[in-house]
Parts: sequence; structure tokens; C-alpha cells
Amino acid sequence: MSQTTGTLLSPPPVTGGSRRKGRLPRWAAWAVFGTALVLVAGIGLPAGLALALVVLFTGVLGTLALYVLSRVTENRRTATDRLVTCVVVGAFALAMVPLLSLVYEVVSRGIGRLDGEFFNSSLVGVIGEGGGAYHAIFGTLIITGLTALISVPIGLLTAIYLVEYGSGRLKKVITFLVDVMTGIPSIVAGLFAYALFAIFFGPGVRLGIAGAVALSVLMTPVFVRSAEEVLKLVPNELREAAYALGVPKWRTVVKIVLPTAVAGLGTGVTLAVARVIGETAPLLVTVGITNATNLNPFDGRMATLPVYAFYQLTQPGVPPEFAIDRAWTAALLLIALVMALNVVARLISRFFAPTTGR
Amino acid sequence: MTTTNAPQTQPPRAVRRLGDRLFAGSARGAGVLILLVLAGVAAFLVIDAVPALVAPAREVPGGRGVLPYVGPLLFGTVLAAAIALVVATPLGVAIALFLTHYAPRRLATGLAYVVDLLAAIPSIVYGFWGIVWLAPRLVPFYRWTEAHLGFLPFFAGPASVTGKTMFTAGLVLAVMVLPIITAISREVFAQVPTLHREAALALGATRWEMIRMAVLPYGRSGIIGGAMLGLGRALGETLAIALVLSVSAGTVTFNLISSTNPSTIAANIALQFPESSGIDVNTLIASGLALFLVTLAVNVIARAVVNRRADFSGAN
Amino acid sequence: MTLRTLSRATAVSAALAGTLALTACGASNETSKDSSGAAGGAAKLSGTINGAGSSAQQAAMQGWAAGFSGVQSGVTVNYDPVGSGGGREQFLAGGVDFAGSDSALDDEELTKAKERCGDAGVFELPNYISAIAVVYNLPGVDQLNLKPATIAGIFAGKITKWDDKAIAADNPDAKLPSTTITPVHRSDDSGTTKNFTDYLSKVAGDVWTDEAAGVWPLKTGESGNGTSGLISSVKGGEGTIGYADESQAGDLGIAKIGVGTEFVAPSREAAAKVVEGSKIKSGRGEFDFAYDVNRATTSTDEYPLVLVSYHIGCVQYDDKDTAGLVKAFEEYVVSSEGQQAAADAAGSAPISDNLRDQAMTAVNAITTAG
Repeated sequence: MSQTTGTLLSPPPVTGGSRRKGRLPRWAAWAVFGTALVLVAGIGLPAGLALALVVLFTGVLGTLALYVLSRVTENRRTATDRLVTCVVVGAFALAMVPLLSLVYEVVSRGIGRLDGEFFNSSLVGVIGEGGGAYHAIFGTLIITGLTALISVPIGLLTAIYLVEYGSGRLKKVITFLVDVMTGIPSIVAGLFAYALFAIFFGPGVRLGIAGAVALSVLMTPVFVRSAEEVLKLVPNELREAAYALGVPKWRTVVKIVLPTAVAGLGTGVTLAVARVIGETAPLLVTVGITNATNLNPFDGRMATLPVYAFYQLTQPGVPPEFAIDRAWTAALLLIALVMALNVVARLISRFFAPTTGR
Repeated sequence: MTTTNAPQTQPPRAVRRLGDRLFAGSARGAGVLILLVLAGVAAFLVIDAVPALVAPAREVPGGRGVLPYVGPLLFGTVLAAAIALVVATPLGVAIALFLTHYAPRRLATGLAYVVDLLAAIPSIVYGFWGIVWLAPRLVPFYRWTEAHLGFLPFFAGPASVTGKTMFTAGLVLAVMVLPIITAISREVFAQVPTLHREAALALGATRWEMIRMAVLPYGRSGIIGGAMLGLGRALGETLAIALVLSVSAGTVTFNLISSTNPSTIAANIALQFPESSGIDVNTLIASGLALFLVTLAVNVIARAVVNRRADFSGAN
Repeated sequence: MTLRTLSRATAVSAALAGTLALTACGASNETSKDSSGAAGGAAKLSGTINGAGSSAQQAAMQGWAAGFSGVQSGVTVNYDPVGSGGGREQFLAGGVDFAGSDSALDDEELTKAKERCGDAGVFELPNYISAIAVVYNLPGVDQLNLKPATIAGIFAGKITKWDDKAIAADNPDAKLPSTTITPVHRSDDSGTTKNFTDYLSKVAGDVWTDEAAGVWPLKTGESGNGTSGLISSVKGGEGTIGYADESQAGDLGIAKIGVGTEFVAPSREAAAKVVEGSKIKSGRGEFDFAYDVNRATTSTDEYPLVLVSYHIGCVQYDDKDTAGLVKAFEEYVVSSEGQQAAADAAGSAPISDNLRDQAMTAVNAITTAG
């Protein structure tokens, strides 16, 4: 979320506390963990202990040893402090395990098919080896682009209403319901969009735009939330100065408030897009899948990367390897897209860093 | 966030021009449109659920009516989400503490970005990862728990040989909601007034004591709010569960490590919807309505809790 | 102020445009299509036909679509593997031109089909036949014979160990370990499950007491999502057993199932044969070739555990182009080239000549209404 409000303070000084006894030297912690590692590895590895368990036991043993050591040489409070530090660092290390393994798994399985053909051919006439996701890449870009086109104006106007105009009950109700909307399960949004379009186009309708509508239901509230926060950050003094000069309110919003907040809004858009670009379930029921390239979201089925990956994995042909490889490459591409969007968001907020003064 | 001066003051309304009215109108219109969409979603769910609710019990899948059909699914949904929350909340808080109070500041920015990235990874990728990486690695653990902790109902076994269990599904969900809890906790931890922290440190508190006395009390409602939002995400997760969990229709069990598990509502919709027609579809949508109501309740609670924090911080 | 705002706005939009816009260049494998021209002497058609339905047919449909584009390069065949139920529903509602379905239309749907297609009714062609293999993962056991009652017992959870007497009796030479059996079923609603449970209820009715159903009726056992999920579950555990299209079994063990007094391994020929030996359901339309598969066959060159998946379409279409396209496509699908294309792409069993002749009567009847 908001990185800007990250660590504002310098890290607090190393522990205070009364020092009746001595203090462990800085290298003590490293030494303790090193010894623990040698011990665990020395006993465990020959006994056939898995590497992951060695690391785990080292962590536990080292933490306990450090705590006891600190209790003996320092005092209870410092010992507790060291214990908590170990636990917190350990928790962080633990959280890195899924991320790293996930990225590793996807990259190592997906990199093989990350070739030219993957980017410039579709699945038309492809059986077994080869083929690509050209149609799915463009499908994802078009549908996500449309989603942004629907969500950004509505979301921005809603945020403006909430921050600049809204008052009383309507504002409260909208704020609350926007929060509720962020909790709509994605498959429900998909079913809703499908039902909506089925009313006009008959059952069995599959349109890119229907997928965009489903994704908008998911994206709009996310964007409203972030846009609202960003607009609130614009100092009131700017608005008041404009009013004092006789500028009408709407011009104040358009010319003063929005430009001031543009960096945050850009970040909000990109992060909200990143949130919906990988949605699978709603697209499954609204957009369907096709093997051919269809760039017209108002005419029939389109392929999208998540749905493409899902079907390639769950409905591979014969032999299944080739389709499964394509699924992993599509997943890799999705992660890369999301990472790229995140980088863009960072760049936007860096280049247009708040010039709001104070 | 709320610390800066939000524009609460009513600006002068002397000049009322056409542009103003148009702009205000369209802004209000956008807000109302959101209300309409939400009402539309709710109406669609209710309308399409009604045929299943009024249908004779034996026509509903399972043959015993809507409630016996949805009940086990709801149980599975809540169970998986609860496991996720129990695992992810302490971890998320610890990570947020690490990022705000332990890691060197330069490093913290980068690491925070990495954790945020977890939030944006498509859920289908989590599903892929869950079946090929996580589930097989947990099998030895399940064997061990069955042998040594089998007296607990959670680990009664028989241990799954593929690792596609409720516990695995809960862990995958935990990884998915971790960034949400972390992000919100980090935000409130970073907002703890410097004065509070410096005061604690000046009194000679260790870092942990400072956190316990100044940071955690201040951030408590933020943590709860974050956990609730994470819960909302965990409840609605679809494809990761559909891929990872081995399900049997109508099961209700607390046994977390066997291959016989209740499904979750969202995953069940994704699995059964394609081959369904007629009353089956209505039943699935009725289950969707149940899910919608649960997430609604969770969000209401989360908002109530988080808003309490706003009042609290406003006092500073 | 104005200047800075302006430049900022431009930069933002440029950045956004940069992230979203890619140079469009067209898929390389699609652009070359026009030059290849129509092979064969058939009249050149162009247009799009849309189908939806059975996900089991997805891989075969890839083969057909690819092969058909060699015959009629101007025609795009779209197939949405939404599932059989969804496919039938969409077809009946007029959303798609034809449906792929793992089961034939039921009575209620036949009534609706009259509205969709008029009095001429529908055609239902058993174009996709696939043997369902009983696959298992048991190191050290390469060959396995299972009687229908044994299979039913295993999947019903009544036989729980691999060295159970019932299994040992049919496998005197195998060294069966005492590993626990983990039966794996499909977690999604599927035609494969429906055919498998139909088989069990017909040939082992005293052990398997449930009716045929697309959703697994029991509460025991492990499950996997889709064929690939089931296969990966069977592969992932030891002592597992499941059921899946024979072509997807990979290096898993494939059990021979009891037919009469012998044991028969799944094969394309045996799968096609059992369908040919089965009866067409009576009292339906002239071109409605819905089969009651003869599960209880005792002929040892037949393999009764098969999935039969149909193509369902109208005999008369309102639109002339659609009628021509569907006719040409179905003609290709039932041809021996078409069936071979599906066999290559999906490992299905090519239909026999008798079935082809029968299907051609339906194909030749496809016309425009009025």
C-alpha cells in the first residue's frame, strides 16, 4: 500500500535498559547462530535430515541459545528483546520462503517457452509443440485497458465526490458500500456481468467487454479507496487559496487538486490494474477462450493470459507436456506484467514526488 | 492517511455556476452508480437464488435441500479462511514490525516492495505453486503429525498421500493474505507518533518494550482491521483452492490432514458451474449469495474496527 | 504552475500509454493462412462457427479446427470448453451453432431443441470416443487385472489395501504390497465421472449402489480438478488409483478390466468397437444417434469403459451460411482424416466405418430452413 508512509523514523537506538551485568559483543549473535548451524548440520545431515529442517532447527536452537546466553550474561529484559528480535527476523525469513520458491518455480518452468514464437503466434492450428500466447497477451491488454477506461473515470469522480462534495448520509453510505464492494468475491462479479450481458445478448454470450465490466466491478472500489486517500492528502490551504481568488469550485478541483495529486493517482491506477490483471474466475465465465486472435472486445470470445494458463494446464492435449509448458510461461508472463506495473507505479510516484510542500 | 488535514471545512458556496453544478452532479452520479452496481449484484444474486430456495429439497443437488448443500461448503470456506488467518496474522504483524522497526531503513523499502508483490501475484499462480511445490513437501509433515499428534481431532488422519489437504489450502490462503495484513499493519505502525516511541525509549525501554508499550496498543485496531480484510480475501478465493484442495461433497470435518475435505463456496462454484444447468445453477448462485453475505458481514466488522482507530488517532 | 502541471500530465499519460501499448504485428501463424488456399475440390467457404461444451473434446477440437483450416482456410472454428451442460444450454438458447456434449440431450432438452431447430430437430453424432483407463501408481506392480466388482469395491472404499484378497485373486503373479489404497476422483462435475459411475452401476450394481452421476457421489477418497489434476494426484501419491482418458495416462500403470471372463486393456480399437456394438436410444429423431453403451458386454475385443461425446447441432439452420459451415465442418470431423486428426491431438478412438456411414446420412441432411 502506501510506501510513502513507510519507516519515517530512524531505527531506534540499540537497547537501553540497566546494565548491571555486561553486554554481549556485537558478533555474539552471529557466533551463536554459527555454532548452532555447525551443531545441527553436523548431527543432522549424516542422519539424513532434510536441508529445510536443518535451517529450521538452526533457527530454533540459535534463538534459544542466544536467549539463555543473554539471560546469563545480560539481564532478563535484554534477553526478551533479543528473543523477540530473533522471532521477528525469523518470521520475515519464513515469509520469504513462499515468495522465493514461487518465483523460482514459475521462472524455471516457464523460461523454456519464453521464446519469440510465444509472443508472435497464437494457438490456431497448433497441436502439441509450439504455439504461443499472442492472442492472449493482446486480449489481456485490451480487456485490462478497457477495465481501466471504465473504472478510472467512475472511481475518480466518486473519490472527488467523497472528498470534495459529499456530506451527510449519502457520503457515509457510499464510503461504506465501496468498502463492501472490495469484498465481492471475484467469481460473483463474473456471474453478475455474465447475467447482465445475457439479458441483452441472450444466454451464452461471451464478449471481451463483459469481462471488462466484471473486472471493473472489482477494480473500481480498489481505485476509489486509493484515490480518496490521495485526494485527502492535498492540503486544504491550496483549495482555500483558490477560493479566495474567486476560482469556482470545479475549476479548483480540476486545476489545483487533481494536478497536485496526480502522482498518487497514477500509482493508484497502476496498482489497481495490477490487482485485476491476473483475475481468472470472472473472465472464465464472461470472456471464454479462443485459439484465434480477436482484438475486438465487442465481438465474441477473446483469449486472456490467466484463462489461457488455466485451460492449458487443466485441458492439455496429447502429449500434455507442451500445453503445460505454455501454461507456466503464461503464468511467468503474468507475474512479469504485474512486476512491470509495480515498477511503473514506483516510477510515477518518484518522478512526480509530492510537491505539496510540507 | 488521516493525519493530514482532510478538507472537512465547508468551502464558501457563494458562486454557483453551471460548471459547478455539472461537475458536482457527475461526481455524485458516479457515486450513485456504484450504489446501483452493488444493488445490481445483490439483486442478481437474490433473484437467481430464489428458485433454488423454493425448490423441493430432492431437486437440489445432493437431494436434501439448499441448506444441507450450502452448509458444508460454508463450513469449508470458513475453516480454510480461519487457518489462513491464524497463520498469517502473527506472521504479518511480525513482518510489519520487522519492516518498520528492525530492518535497516534502506533495506526496508526494498523488502516492503517485495512483500507487496506477493499481493499482486495472480491467484492462479498460487494454485500452480500450491500443487507442485507446497503440497508434496507437506506430505512428510502430515505423516509425522498423524503418527505423533493423531490424538488431536485436527490431525486424526489418515494422512493424505498427495498433500492436497485443508491445511495446505489454508497455508496457500495464508500466503495470499499475508501481504494485506502486512501492508495495513505496517501503515499503522509507521503512524505511531514519534513522541510516544521516543518517550518509551527515553525511559530506558528496550526495543521490544517500546513496541509492546507504544506501538502495539496504538496499532491494535489496525491489525484487527487488516486481518478482517485478509479474511474477506481468503473467503472469496476461487481458483487457488479449486486447484489445491481435494474435496468430497457434503463433508464436515475438522480433520485437516486427510484427503477428504469440505469444498469452499467459491471453489465449488468454479468447479461445478460449467457442467451445471437449471436448478443446479440456482443452487450455486444461492451459495454465492451466502458467500456474499458472509463477506459483507466481515467487511462491516472490519470497517467498524478500523474506524475506531480513526477516532483514536484523531485524539492525538 | 500551469506549465508544470501540463508537462506532468503529459508525462503520466505517456507513461501509461507506454505500458499498455505494444506494437501490433499480428500472429505469425495466422497471417500465412490465406496464401495456403483451399485444398481439395470443395467449394471455398468463409466465416466463423462457434461451438461450446465438453471440455473432454477440447484437445480433439484443436485437432479438428487445425485440420479443417487446411481444408477450408477461410473458416474459423471457435470452441469454448465451458462444459457439456453449459454447451447444451448455450446451443439450445441459440448462443452457439453446435454443442459438444458428453451426454445426449434429455427429454426436456429435446423439447427445447424443437424450439431451437424447428421440427427437423437435432443431430447428435458420437464423434468423440475415448477409452477411460483405470490408472494407478504402485511401484513394483506393472500389470494389474481388476474385475468390475473389485474396481467398485476400491472406489467405494470397501477394499482398502493393495494386498486385499479380491485383488490378489486376479493377480497371482504380482507382488502386491500392503500399501493403503487411495482412490482419486474428479472434483469437478464431469462426463468422465458420469461414464465411470455409469459403468460401475451397470456391471457391479451390488457393490456400487449409487446411480450414474457427473459429480462424485461418495464422501471418501482424494480428488483432483480436471483430468490433469486427477493425473497429478495419482502421480503425486503412492498407492493411488484413478480414472482418466487413456491418452492422458502417461507413464502411470493402466489396469486391465474384467470383461466376461477375460481382462481387457483399454485400446482405441476396443473402444470404437463397443460403441458400434451398442444400441441407439429409441424414439428419438431420425438423425439423433444417442447411444446406450453396452457396458455389460462379454466380447473380449470390446472395452466397455468408454466416454462417448457427441456433437449436437440442428438439422435445419435458419441461416444459409451457418448451415453450409456446420455441414462442411461435420463432414470433415467424421471423415477418416478428421478422426485421425482427433486421434493425433487427443488420443481418441477413431469411429468405425459403419458409424461414419451412419453419421454421413445426418451430415448430408443438414440444410437451410424454409
